Amino acid sequence: MSLRIVVTVKYVPDATGDRHFADDLTVDRDDVDGLLSELDEYAVEQALQISENSDDDVEITVLTVGPEDAKDALRKALSMGADKAVHVEDDDLHGTDAIGTSLVLAKAIEKAGYDLVISGMASTDGTMGVVPALLAERLGVPQVTLLSEVSVEDGTVKGRRDGDAASEQLEASLPAVVSVTDQSGEARYPSFKGIMAAKKKPVESWDLSDLDLEAEEVGLEGAYTTVDAAAERPARTAGTIVKDEGEGGKQLAEFLASQKFI
Amino acid sequence: MAEVLVYVDHVDGAVRKPTLELLTLARRIGEPVAVALGNGAADTAATLAEHGAVKVLTHEAAEYADYLVVPKVDALQAAYEAVSPAAVLVPSSAEGKEIAARLALRIGSGIITDAVDLEAGDEGPVATQSVFAAAYTTKSRVSKGTPVITVKPNSAAVEAAPAAGAVEALSVSFSAQATGTKVTARTPRESTGRPELTEAAIVVSGGRGVNGAENFAIIEALADSLGAAVGASRAAVDAGWYPHTNQVGQTGKSVSPQLYIASGISGAIQHRAGMQTSKTIVAINKDPEAPIFDLVDYGVVGDLFDVVPQLTEEVKTRKG
Ligand SMILES: Cc1cc2nc3c(=O)[nH]c(=O)nc-3n(C[C@H](O)[C@H](O)[C@H](O)COP(=O)(O)OP(=O)(O)OC[C@H]3O[C@@H](n4cnc5c(N)ncnc54)[C@H](O)[C@@H]3O)c2cc1C
Ligand SMILES: Nc1ncnc2c1ncn2[C@@H]1O[C@H](COP(=O)(O)O)[C@@H](O)[C@H]1O
Repeated sequence: MSLRIVVTVKYVPDATGDRHFADDLTVDRDDVDGLLSELDEYAVEQALQISENSDDDVEITVLTVGPEDAKDALRKALSMGADKAVHVEDDDLHGTDAIGTSLVLAKAIEKAGYDLVISGMASTDGTMGVVPALLAERLGVPQVTLLSEVSVEDGTVKGRRDGDAASEQLEASLPAVVSVTDQSGEARYPSFKGIMAAKKKPVESWDLSDLDLEAEEVGLEGAYTTVDAAAERPARTAGTIVKDEGEGGKQLAEFLASQKFI
Repeated sequence: MAEVLVYVDHVDGAVRKPTLELLTLARRIGEPVAVALGNGAADTAATLAEHGAVKVLTHEAAEYADYLVVPKVDALQAAYEAVSPAAVLVPSSAEGKEIAARLALRIGSGIITDAVDLEAGDEGPVATQSVFAAAYTTKSRVSKGTPVITVKPNSAAVEAAPAAGAVEALSVSFSAQATGTKVTARTPRESTGRPELTEAAIVVSGGRGVNGAENFAIIEALADSLGAAVGASRAAVDAGWYPHTNQVGQTGKSVSPQLYIASGISGAIQHRAGMQTSKTIVAINKDPEAPIFDLVDYGVVGDLFDVVPQLTEEVKTRKG
């Protein structure tokens, strides 16, 4: 038996950098260094663990939709241990929204071939957390999302979803789309050997025509949503800062009372 | 007047506060028609009517509890087809966003998530979002199809606005995908008796500085004196001192209370992402250089083990 896993990974601007918008109100990807979204490292990690715990022949493909530099994200995932990579890159993709991204990803996943898709819980730039559900809808397979624990055995994926109201045990047959949270277990660091090996692993590049997609279906033109304005949040006015010299708690209480909280 | 579908988040018929906020926002765009699913659906009607629902569409079936997400998408789609609304509003919970996204795809619409405000506009509802860890505020709209928008808790005031709230049974036929993901076991969260983190007017959070699970009693005592919810940084959660359900930040809950009190929290960007829109921010930290002090209305540089208990005592005294 073999198990084909596709892990979707996004290349995002570093959250600790000074992120902002470009003139066309898309995310500026030039001024801030990009990296593999930390939340997608958890997805790569779970794919590797499923592979390590499996008697089957597991092949892990990492897939990204993004600009030229997004190859860095693929390299990182390959150096963690994924087997091969697919980069969907096309100038017409600039400005694609979640609905469009899910279309491109779904086409690429089908072209690559899959038994299991593993995504992160959310991208650290868009933070929507909807692409995995959209992929399940598009692919017509079960969604087993936001798992803090996941396992695959005999064609069945099982996992634990810790929701607001309850913790649930979930189960679905493959093929399926899974997403994992940052509670699923620390992602490994690439080893030196892994980094060297990654250089030799195959990275395929596909454009829209490889996926039978038209330019109008994606990009700013194809987007289903429009951003009309983006304004930097005004800096908070500097507050009062006091040093505790024995009365700090009381001073704080005084402030809270002045604001009618007590 | 156009109708606006509002997806109801309820627990066995008890409507959760964010849904009532959605009704306030929905009334800015049109007439709210509520959709309540699962056990106790019909029991939501009185509360929803009080807050402006002209109609309450209900459907009860075991599928909503036994399978993940898709049965709810099927039902919301059935409601959408029955009503032809001007917009669909869904609470921005993890599940709410998944339901909304799948609905949007099915009906050929765009989706906006995590709106913090909503107004009527010439070209449809305009959503305000807070992005890049709240460094930016954007105005967006859905430009294709019927707008599907998820809204964060605490985005509007709950307002009473009595309406008919006529209960109607929704007819739903489940899709082939509905039973794809089985819920094989469910352990409900135990209630702490404290307010819900995302809905609370005051949140008191502790971080790595709290230094131990047992010390969280100090944070809880302050929270209880103020009638507040308890939050925690990821560092405190990862250390096992407090449950993950209480984590505030990018990968935890996003909160926007009237008052946020951070103790022993440095204020990393991922933490700020979940609390920066709080109205009043207060911090206690022994490091005067901690980035959290850039956000505060009032900060105390000091040891939380001195400051927090003193504050709690003073609050209790003042409250009598
Ligand atoms: C993808 C990703 C997602 C993340 N998501 C989240 C998230 O959702 N939420 C989150 O919180 N973090 C998140 N983080 C982690 C975040 O980057 C920080 O590591 C974390 O917020 C730090 O928690 P802290 O402030 O409690 O700890 P620290 O940064 O270690 O700060 C502890 C603070 O306590 C102070 N202190 C110590 N002792 C005392 C004392 N006795 N009295 C007073 N002050 C004291 C110290 O001066 C220090 O400022 C995420 C990180 C990544 C990469
Ligand atoms: N451009 C992209 N390329 C590859 N994967 C993506 C992309 N955008 C989103 N994803 C995947 O979908 C998950 C959720 O993203 P989002 O819904 O945008 O928050 C991410 O953690 C990724 O696994």
